Amino acid sequence: MGNLNFNEINWEEMLDAGIATLRMLAYSGIFTIILGLPLGIVLYLWGRSNNYIIRLVYSVLSFVVNILRSVPFIILMVALIPLSKSIMGTSIGVLGTIPALVIGAAPFFARLVETALREVDRGVIEAAQGMGATTGQIVWRVLLPEARPGLLAGVTITIVTLVSYTAMSGMIGGGGLGDLAIRYGYYRYEKEVMIISVALMVILVQLLQMAGDRLVQHFTRK
Amino acid sequence: MIELKGLTKVYGKGSKAATALSGLNLSIQKGEIFGVIGHSGAGKSTLIRCINLLERPTEGEVWVDGVELTSLSQGQLQERRRKIGMIFQHFNLLSSATVYDNIAFPLRLSGTPKAQIEQKVLGLLSLVGLEEHSRKYPAQLSGGQKQRVGVARALASDPDVLLCDEATSALDPQTTDSILRLLLDINRKFHLTIVLITHEMHVIQSICDRVAVIHGGGIVEQGEVATVFLKPQHEVTKDFIRSEHQHEGPLRVALDAVHGQYSTSVKITFLGQKTYESTLSHVVRRTGVDFAILQGTISTIKDVPYGQLLVRFEGSLEAVEATLAELTAQGLDVEVFG
Repeated sequence: MGNLNFNEINWEEMLDAGIATLRMLAYSGIFTIILGLPLGIVLYLWGRSNNYIIRLVYSVLSFVVNILRSVPFIILMVALIPLSKSIMGTSIGVLGTIPALVIGAAPFFARLVETALREVDRGVIEAAQGMGATTGQIVWRVLLPEARPGLLAGVTITIVTLVSYTAMSGMIGGGGLGDLAIRYGYYRYEKEVMIISVALMVILVQLLQMAGDRLVQHFTRK
Repeated sequence: MIELKGLTKVYGKGSKAATALSGLNLSIQKGEIFGVIGHSGAGKSTLIRCINLLERPTEGEVWVDGVELTSLSQGQLQERRRKIGMIFQHFNLLSSATVYDNIAFPLRLSGTPKAQIEQKVLGLLSLVGLEEHSRKYPAQLSGGQKQRVGVARALASDPDVLLCDEATSALDPQTTDSILRLLLDINRKFHLTIVLITHEMHVIQSICDRVAVIHGGGIVEQGEVATVFLKPQHEVTKDFIRSEHQHEGPLRVALDAVHGQYSTSVKITFLGQKTYESTLSHVVRRTGVDFAILQGTISTIKDVPYGQLLVRFEGSLEAVEATLAELTAQGLDVEVFG
């Protein structure tokens, strides 16, 4: 590694980058959940419908979700620059990255939601139907509470994925720790900045994962 | 109370179609405990699930308390279902909710006020004997306790009918008996109509008033439990009863062993108070025949005692015939065996 000199690191810039990363995570995380959770529920419900037309709509929706998931994030990000501009007024900085992050992560999260809901015991759903529950009541009072550990695990995985997406968004001027690592570490050969930024992201992921695991543990009743 | 008319259920289509029920008719009275017994695959599970339309019949009508469920809209059906409780083989409790919240669940679905829910749930907890467990989660309970929660939950919305889908099949014999006693209790206390399906004759014998035997998607025999149990007509019914007392082999040997100048083997059935009387002894003293006991059993059907005795009478032809006539005259059921 040669000789490293950590004295010359601009800690103020590092702090700003850290905060930018956290802001990107918070915004994109919230919107990913707001968008992905209903999408996942809809996928789950429509995928089980007996109605031919609904099954058809499900196939189309499912196909769109798959496409969004199979496009590499780095390409999706670039392709979405015009959209980001029209929604947020800018395509750079923390705000400029949010649309791309959300569109990249929401379909992924929706699939995790769908999978978590499928894990719910069919018998319990049937029991609720037998008690006269409406579809809305089944979603709110049976599916979501019963799938809670799985949903929380899905949220954790999604947010951890978002951490790496925010790092990639440095490529299009998103800011944050990833941006710092690329600009200083990669383009300007300041290895120290790269090491610290990456280390901070590793710590962030560890903390997120630990917190997520604890929540899952707390809500598991089996 | 419950009328099933021409119920047919076909799963799948075309060459893969499987018929679970074919034109089944059944009528269940208000306040009775009605049992349906059948082997797995006979259609009994489909039958009970058709009563609250968890399974929609391909053809036929389902009437509960004068309402044709099969003609209701989705919303009306949801409303009616609140009056039909159901318990399941695998309990189907919410694992994420406490015992209290599980029992409160149907009440919350119907938007019952909180104070009323609390009063109702506490009453039900004491009815099923789980007062101390109200804050526990289902995973912390034994199978019998889980089924008690299931029963309490099913009763929460004051149903007129309780459907039991193999409710005791996952429980050990002692627990089965305690759940059956609970069902009998609530049937008497609330005059609740209970429909249960099972593959165990023991369950039918313990608590049912009437029974139907289902086979190949249709009812092959039905009637009062005592009648069906003591005088089974259909092969499938006989099969169920035989598997309760499996002493066929030794019995055949005993029947074949011939003694005396004239002997005949007879199955005598005692029902009710007669089970405990010494009728047989009185009769043989008068007619002068001897007898050997080959097999005997004494038990109850619901609360009615019954006994069955396989005896071989030995004596003159006239004396034996007089004995049989006398036993019949005393109100016992006599069946010559061979």
